[in-house]
Amino acid sequence: MGEELKLFGSWGSPFSRRIEIALKIKGVEYEYLEEDIFHNKSALLLKYNPVHKKVPVLVHNSKPIAESQVILEYIDETWNDNPILPRDPYKRAMARFWAKFIDEKCVPTIWKSFMSGGPEREKAHEEACELLSTLEGELKGKKFFGGETVGFVDIVASFISHWVGPVQEAAGVDVLTEDKFPMLYKWAEEFKNCPVIKENLPPRDKILAFFKARLEMLTSSYKNRV
Amino acid sequence: MAEEVILLDLWSSPFGTRARIALREKGVHFDLREEDLPSNKSPLLLQMNPVHKKIPVLIHNGKPVCESHIIIQYIDETWGPESPLLPSDPHERARARFWADYVDKKIFPPGRTAYRSTGEAQEAAKKEFIEGLKAVEGELGDKAYFGGERFGFLDVSLIPFYSWFYAVETLTGCSFEEECPKLVRWGKRCMQRESVARSLPDQHKVYDRMSEIRKKVQAQ
Repeated sequence: MGEELKLFGSWGSPFSRRIEIALKIKGVEYEYLEEDIFHNKSALLLKYNPVHKKVPVLVHNSKPIAESQVILEYIDETWNDNPILPRDPYKRAMARFWAKFIDEKCVPTIWKSFMSGGPEREKAHEEACELLSTLEGELKGKKFFGGETVGFVDIVASFISHWVGPVQEAAGVDVLTEDKFPMLYKWAEEFKNCPVIKENLPPRDKILAFFKARLEMLTSSYKNRV
Repeated sequence: MAEEVILLDLWSSPFGTRARIALREKGVHFDLREEDLPSNKSPLLLQMNPVHKKIPVLIHNGKPVCESHIIIQYIDETWGPESPLLPSDPHERARARFWADYVDKKIFPPGRTAYRSTGEAQEAAKKEFIEGLKAVEGELGDKAYFGGERFGFLDVSLIPFYSWFYAVETLTGCSFEEECPKLVRWGKRCMQRESVARSLPDQHKVYDRMSEIRKKVQAQ
């Protein structure tokens, strides 16, 4: 078709994986470029995302788009098959609201509950559980946040379905368990088993190894500070 | 069925201001209800935004929409298709959303810190606020509005902070005319629009309020 579509991403980044999921749902071909985000960002990445210098960045016919939720909306508006966002304005507003809730409240608090130490960790853990409880309430017995099919909120929540498990194992902290959040847990299982999702998530043991190493690095520096 | 549109609001909030501007741009009649924040939130606010308990909340025929950028998009998608706030091209829409997110993450927080703090903290916040404004000024370039010829989504997102300029200049000692002259010109141009002139809080009232908050914060 002559369309040029590139995705600058990182294998372990939940934000980057969201974009791959969306492109696969839409059945769109793209070129993937793996970035070494911790040590050596490419000149192209810095050129396409000079403001934040982060992945993911989608480049479509030489025009870059950054920020994962912005990219998801772009993808949905550009390729119309298999819609990710609902058509109804009110339902769209709700989907955007919960996606924002996940990224601005859940993600940072859950990270904090794993990465911090002492009383700070306790507090973050408590807050994370409250937030997950609120999110679980939004499922309201549906199969997915998007209803019968995977939608915008499910894609954004893939962090919860796939990263929280191995990270909590690495940190030795239980945040998302079946008995605490039965509906969210069930959603995570359904989500992970969708073919388009299954093929597009990094292997659990790779994530686990990566975070064990990071946590060791962080906790040793925390112990040295205290 | 008669349409019922209520906005739970606070005169000084840049986020509330965005919602007011968007509704007025579209000519939507709405019932503006001022909340007594932070200590006396109305039962309606708590019922309609139980997750965050914050304004603005747009209530359309009993259904609440929260978060100002989400509210602007809802307004754009529900009313006045002949005068859209978001561009029609998907790439331009993505740019507008990107920069609106930037305003919330890189301009609002340091701006808020700048008026509440003193000394080194204030200097650092002021510097960051100015840097953020300069970056978004780059996005404006020589266009009349961020939307090009049309006043649009990103203009609505940023313009409330124009009402902060006088207060921040006075409280921190800087000049936005010097630091970001294109933004100042853009601000004046936007103020010619009725929706903006009616919705933006008076800059002296903003100064008074910021001074008050500042005193309280410093006293703690």
